[in-house]
Amino acid sequence: MSLSPDAPTPLDGVAAAAPAAWRAEVARWTPSLWVGAALLLGLVLAGIGAPWLTPWDPLRQDYGAALQAPSAAHWFGTDSLGRDVFARALYAIRIDLAIGFWTTYVPMAIGVLIGAYAGLVGGLFDTVLMRVIDVALALPFLVLIIVILAILGPGTRNIYIAVFLVGWTMYARLARAEMLVEREKDYLLAARTLGYSRTRVLLRHALPNILNASIVFSVSDFILNILLVSGLSFLGLGVPPPTPEWGAMVADGKAFMQQAWWIATLPGLVIVLTGVALSLIGDGLTHRLGDRHVTGH
Amino acid sequence: MWLLRFVAVRLLQAVPVLLGVTLIVFLAIHLVPGDPVQMMLQGRATEATLAAYREKLGLDRPLAMQYLRFVVDAVQGDLGTSILQRVPVARVIGERLGVSLALLGFAALLSVVLAVPLAVLAAARRQRLADHLIRLGGTVAFAMPSFWIGLLLILFFGLQLRWFPISGAGSGFADRLHHLFLPALTIALFLAPLLIQSLRAAMLEVLTAEYVEVARAKGLGEGRVLLKYVLRGALVPVVTILAVNIGWLVSGSVIVESVFSVAGLGMLLVHAVSTRDYPVIQGLTVVFAVLVLAVNLLADLAYALIDRRARVA
Amino acid sequence: MRAAAVADAAAPNAAVAAQNAAVAAPLLDVQGLDVVFRTARGTVAASRGVSLALGAGETLGLVGESGSGKSVLCRAVLRLLPSPPAQVNATRLAFDGIDLLALPEARMRALRGTSIAMVFQNPMTALSPLWPVGDQVTEGLRVHRGLGRAQAREVGIELLRRTGIPDPAKRYADLPWQWSGGMLQRAVIAMATACGPRLLLADEPTTALDVTIQAQILALLAELQHETGMALVLVSHDIGVVAQTCDRIAVMYAGQVVETGPTAAVFGAPRHPYTQGLMRSTPRVDRVEGRLAAIPGQPPDLAQPPAGCAFAPRCAVASDACRATAPVLRPVAAGHASACLFPERLG
Repeated sequence: MSLSPDAPTPLDGVAAAAPAAWRAEVARWTPSLWVGAALLLGLVLAGIGAPWLTPWDPLRQDYGAALQAPSAAHWFGTDSLGRDVFARALYAIRIDLAIGFWTTYVPMAIGVLIGAYAGLVGGLFDTVLMRVIDVALALPFLVLIIVILAILGPGTRNIYIAVFLVGWTMYARLARAEMLVEREKDYLLAARTLGYSRTRVLLRHALPNILNASIVFSVSDFILNILLVSGLSFLGLGVPPPTPEWGAMVADGKAFMQQAWWIATLPGLVIVLTGVALSLIGDGLTHRLGDRHVTGH
Repeated sequence: MWLLRFVAVRLLQAVPVLLGVTLIVFLAIHLVPGDPVQMMLQGRATEATLAAYREKLGLDRPLAMQYLRFVVDAVQGDLGTSILQRVPVARVIGERLGVSLALLGFAALLSVVLAVPLAVLAAARRQRLADHLIRLGGTVAFAMPSFWIGLLLILFFGLQLRWFPISGAGSGFADRLHHLFLPALTIALFLAPLLIQSLRAAMLEVLTAEYVEVARAKGLGEGRVLLKYVLRGALVPVVTILAVNIGWLVSGSVIVESVFSVAGLGMLLVHAVSTRDYPVIQGLTVVFAVLVLAVNLLADLAYALIDRRARVA
Repeated sequence: MRAAAVADAAAPNAAVAAQNAAVAAPLLDVQGLDVVFRTARGTVAASRGVSLALGAGETLGLVGESGSGKSVLCRAVLRLLPSPPAQVNATRLAFDGIDLLALPEARMRALRGTSIAMVFQNPMTALSPLWPVGDQVTEGLRVHRGLGRAQAREVGIELLRRTGIPDPAKRYADLPWQWSGGMLQRAVIAMATACGPRLLLADEPTTALDVTIQAQILALLAELQHETGMALVLVSHDIGVVAQTCDRIAVMYAGQVVETGPTAAVFGAPRHPYTQGLMRSTPRVDRVEGRLAAIPGQPPDLAQPPAGCAFAPRCAVASDACRATAPVLRPVAAGHASACLFPERLG
């Protein structure tokens, strides 16, 4: 260990590290990451601030005002029960983003830990895990979720349970594959020969590298989970009425396509906007965290 | 000879996976609270009738025996009896299998037709305007829920322009395709962006291969280089990508069949779930799993046929 | 700095003139070739003022470590460098009197594979795995000469026979993976010489092959050259390979030609410390020596080329003048030039 005269002292580091690291991080953001993050932040704020952004109650029915076309008063028109479609689309941000978020990141946390551990230790645990994953991936994701919901019954809580049961497998496979690569790298061997425990090696050294692939994948998974939840609700297996939810709103409008196109079409725009915001973030992260190619579920 | 061995090995590998799928679904359904027989008879039967039915259906035997019976029957093509319709599940599924397979095939074809030219254009004009527009279009298309695109297509091409029928199955080959076009397009619009992204990336990778430079050094035009060397090389991974995404194709078809009221397996599943017709659900999972495994087997086979080096491995 | 730059611009002409005098009417005439790659990390100068001339039927050996700019030179001649990121500039880049830099792409394409052809380093990756070998070998004949498939097959079988492929008619439709590396390199050579080029650029054609195969491939190239009278640029990092085959040698270091001249002169009495170093670090079977002397240090980072002589940091006899002034090629004997400020210091 030698210190050259202009090397920073440890104290300098403590004072400057946090903001400097943050500034360096932000400086690396690509335009798509900026635009995506801004859009998503806007959507989150719109969901939180819904009561101040619209005067209408998303649940209040008014048969006198049913099936009204978009106007200055009702920006997205009203549905067959006279509820304001814009207000419902806005309040739905809360439930759709929340379900999308938790159904992505809880399975990711579980899957990455299981997969990384399996990749590190190998053996029976690894073999059994791979067979379980093979079985889970032999059924289309949506079909598997629908079957679980058939047993548990529809509803928000059961969607969480169903996705938690299945969603981790993809991350486990991804993390395991990454771990197998990481395991052979010199720094990990070095850490192990220095006598660090397996857990320490896993948590401190390998996991940060393995996480990158999962983070990049998680963004498209987030979009797919929002599409899943709204799709299930569209089929009547998801969020029960009258809670405002995008897919359920589109389903409500399906019967009125000829008289009132706005009920089904306009809430869909909010889903697309959310998906585009997340896609842009995903593009940016892919550049930021290294170009990885992930396909399929 | 290698072909036969290849198929045999892959079929043997699929057996434990299928057993796993059936076991999990079987256990899940049989461990749910609630008596299927009671549900079947809608609670109006006496205790004696219930017991008789249980015996008839073999539900009074131990779970392991029931599972064994289910597997043995399933191998012989007997998937049990629909509680609701009181007819063999295999027949219910068989009646609807053709429509779903046609829809899936048509959708896969449409997505390839959409994706290949766009991906070639994007790769050839990488980092230029066309590439950026194609990728932006893909991003937006990927974010669109298929039930929503389906409704938009119905609204525009069905109700406004009246180019395509919006429900029903049609009769005769051309008419059936005409009826399936909008549902297939809906699935393709979701699948095509995934294909474009993968194909573009694969082409960009092949573009750096030395044999592409060799082809240019031979004095070949850029078009010939792109189509003969780059696209052909990139199509090999695309076969695999399409197979990997068969799950998404099927998932998409479940929703799209409901939107367009296509009487296929997806609609059957949604219907069976809402009526809790467990034998049908169980039979459908077996069929879907077989479908996914079969498509993956076919893709590997195609891969081995296109790229004979894969046989060695 | 300023003075050095002026000297740089003015002086090479003398050396090149000396070279050109040796070559009556050069088939390939390269003067002041600069190639830069603009990357995210900055600008990398892969070729810096390279001048070369090659007469019809002549063989020129290009030697140097990997990254010294040999391959870039070949690709620049064929205009195969993708732009961006590559930018090619030259005072003169001419083939048979045709200015290659000003040539429209369609006419350049017509030259590639017909008048100028190239053999690549790794035969295992030079052919697409998805098309039959024969099809790829004769593709140039079909595209440039308009041959039909059947005709091309006949010519192709003859080409493969000439390059030493046993039973070529039977193996014509094989896929590349069915062939060994040595056979594939023969096929690549057959492919490159299919249209009877007047200049063949061979970029490390033996590096990826077993030693026994290397000699066969070199012999094949020499034989083809003898038969057809084409000129050959043989790129290699192995001076043994070029010493056997070439009339003249150009030694490259850090994107520049540091020494050039007749093979016997350059290897007999090297006038650049890098050439000396290369020779000392090459094992020889015919001489029993105590040990091989590796050249100390690393080649310079071409994103930031040094101000003075690029070799100075690794040179045993460098002085302050070497670190301050960039040397240019100067004649040291008839047809022999060196870019060392003090060639007389070398013994």
